[in-house]
Amino acid sequence: MSTVTIIYAGLFYVATLLLVAGLAYKIFDYSRTPAPLKIPTTPAPTTQTGVVYRMAKEVVLFESLFKSNKWIWVFGWMFHFGLLLVLLRHLRYFTEPVWFWVNIIQPFGKYASLMMVIGLAGLLARRFLVDRVRYISTPSDYLMLVLLIVIGLSGIMMTFVVHTDIVALKTFFMGLMYFDVQPVPLDPILLVHLALVALLMLIFPISKLLHAPGVFFSPTRNQADNPREHRHVAAWAAKLDQKN
Amino acid sequence: MAAAEFDIPEIKDYIEVPKLREGAMAHAKTFIAPQAVQDFMGYPHELADNWKESALEKMGDLLGKYRSLKVFLDACVHCGACTDKCHYYLGTSDPKNMPVARQDLMRQVYRRYFTTAGKLFPKLVGAKDLTKDVLDDWYNYYHQCSECRRCSVFCPYGIDTAEITMAGREILNHIGMGQKYSNEILGKVQKIGNNLGLPGPALLDTLEGLEEDIEADTGVAVKMPIDVKGAEVLLVTPSADFFSEPHVESLIGYAKVFHAAGISWTLSTHASEAGNFGLFNGNYETMRKVAMRIRDAALELGVKRIVVGECGHAWRVAYSFWNTLTGIGYGADDPFSIELQKQLDPNYPQPQHICELTNDLIKSGQIKVDPSLNDDLIVTYHDSCNVARASRMGTEPGGQFTIPRELIKSVVNNFHNMADDTIYESTFCCGGGGGLLTDDLMEVRVKGALPRATALNNVVKEHQVNFMATICAICKAQFTKVLPKYGFDMSMVGGVHQLVSKAIKLD
Repeated sequence: MSTVTIIYAGLFYVATLLLVAGLAYKIFDYSRTPAPLKIPTTPAPTTQTGVVYRMAKEVVLFESLFKSNKWIWVFGWMFHFGLLLVLLRHLRYFTEPVWFWVNIIQPFGKYASLMMVIGLAGLLARRFLVDRVRYISTPSDYLMLVLLIVIGLSGIMMTFVVHTDIVALKTFFMGLMYFDVQPVPLDPILLVHLALVALLMLIFPISKLLHAPGVFFSPTRNQADNPREHRHVAAWAAKLDQKN
Repeated sequence: MAAAEFDIPEIKDYIEVPKLREGAMAHAKTFIAPQAVQDFMGYPHELADNWKESALEKMGDLLGKYRSLKVFLDACVHCGACTDKCHYYLGTSDPKNMPVARQDLMRQVYRRYFTTAGKLFPKLVGAKDLTKDVLDDWYNYYHQCSECRRCSVFCPYGIDTAEITMAGREILNHIGMGQKYSNEILGKVQKIGNNLGLPGPALLDTLEGLEEDIEADTGVAVKMPIDVKGAEVLLVTPSADFFSEPHVESLIGYAKVFHAAGISWTLSTHASEAGNFGLFNGNYETMRKVAMRIRDAALELGVKRIVVGECGHAWRVAYSFWNTLTGIGYGADDPFSIELQKQLDPNYPQPQHICELTNDLIKSGQIKVDPSLNDDLIVTYHDSCNVARASRMGTEPGGQFTIPRELIKSVVNNFHNMADDTIYESTFCCGGGGGLLTDDLMEVRVKGALPRATALNNVVKEHQVNFMATICAICKAQFTKVLPKYGFDMSMVGGVHQLVSKAIKLD
């Protein structure tokens, strides 16, 4: 087994472990931290069903962002929806036989990568061009976009320009999943693509990418507006009642 | 009055997003609370040697108690959606008044001390040490936020800068940098019973004078009862209603409504204040202590209903938090809350907003009004931030927008809304909320009112509007002070019940 294979196999095991453990910890941490007061941004749904609907519109359509700024919404939605299709398409490298619906979205997923990169480029351009956004941008904000763009472009290269040995790649990942490490194809574009994906997985739980789980825990969006009908008290606050 | 001279912004046809001017408001610093004020609140009055450790310890404590703070500090992606949404940014051009930048003042410290990335690569992720300069930025810019939540409407993750500002002020208090204005008021309300520090006898005297005025004016003996045991309704209203103009006109309106409907009611000297500045400081226990006065008064007087007067942040605390803090509401299963809840009349929402009450009475024909008595007025309505984005009226979401408008339209014949992106959930704060209604922040207040003044100016030009109704004591006080700087007459601002007062028919 080549050194490169050992490095990449190790990299993906570590990255997967940290991604899963890191996210699990963050989700556990958010869920154990109380929200002592009812603070939904109103008008808000008055029932839990309504909250699910509000959250779905937020996560699928980026409703608040749509109200806010059409440019960020267009680019942001292109990127995220493109990324979703691309990720789903990639399931074909991790399943045997490939699930039928993955085959259905395969052609869409291929072109979604273009949509994703255009969205990312738009977001990056805003960081340079809009003075207010430039003011708030940190180096990591730019690098995160660059990282995603390079992942996207290297993927596009392999999909549309210089095909890689996709059968060997699938053998490599299926091997990782069954703890039977197979050689990774020594294609430089593929190796760049894979290394950057692993990097993205590593930084996910310690970066602003936490907005993904975070949005579900946002009290202004996930609380029902029913404070007159139901008494809502956090455990640490309930202790105060007993002193009276 | 030590406020420096400053230029009044020019009203344009539309609300413009300004180019940023760094440090434009760095000089605006509200007065620090002196020792006596801080002592009463149980806070230090100056920085100790270990202020930094204390601040970080308090921050850790708050991160463990408030999911909002933890999630909001993690989730922001710096997308920029909020950058043009704050009235203080629009009015001052200072980039630190952009919601995300205001949050980042705390986020940079959070990242440095509480996150792996910030500990390892501070420069890369914009993490910063907590220095005296950073602390001064906190003090200045957490007192240039009115906690109005407009940014939270537009954030894709619902990040509410108010939650960060509140936490920032709580940390500042904890290490000895309290704000004089808010903390003085919190002392007065707890020692005397209201924010103005109006003692019981003075209050009685004022109410008697108002009763005489109403009788002289209308020929009807409308009463303003106080501390009456066994009354049906306890009315809790901002103390400004007792003697500030135009607030008092709405108080007269509430009294006439109760009189006309034949509902027995009472005020309370102990709870002679609906406002609760504990909200602004982000301290749960202070907010609870101040709210407990209402519960105590309700139990003491044995009332069946609790109604809240025209006050924005008070209605937020009453509607959203009273049940949590004091058990005023329904649906509790603990002895503390049940004691009160079994006393309250389940046929009415508890607490109930005065606009809900009056609107129901007019719709059901229990009181009669003649809108033509307001025909000299062409009216618009300013949605107060806390009512709009942090509370509700009625049973449906958005009732906080429709009920006051329904009520206004039933007592006036001429009504026009301001532009859509300046009302309802997108309403602009008056510029004086969240503990900023003090002369030492006059520049912030005047500039922060620019978006609202612009929207008002447009309906004045287009529809000859000459009255802007609102249901918030802070909005009323702020607008009567700052709108004249933009060339408006101060008398064009008033309460919704000021309009009701003119139109209502008394027997």
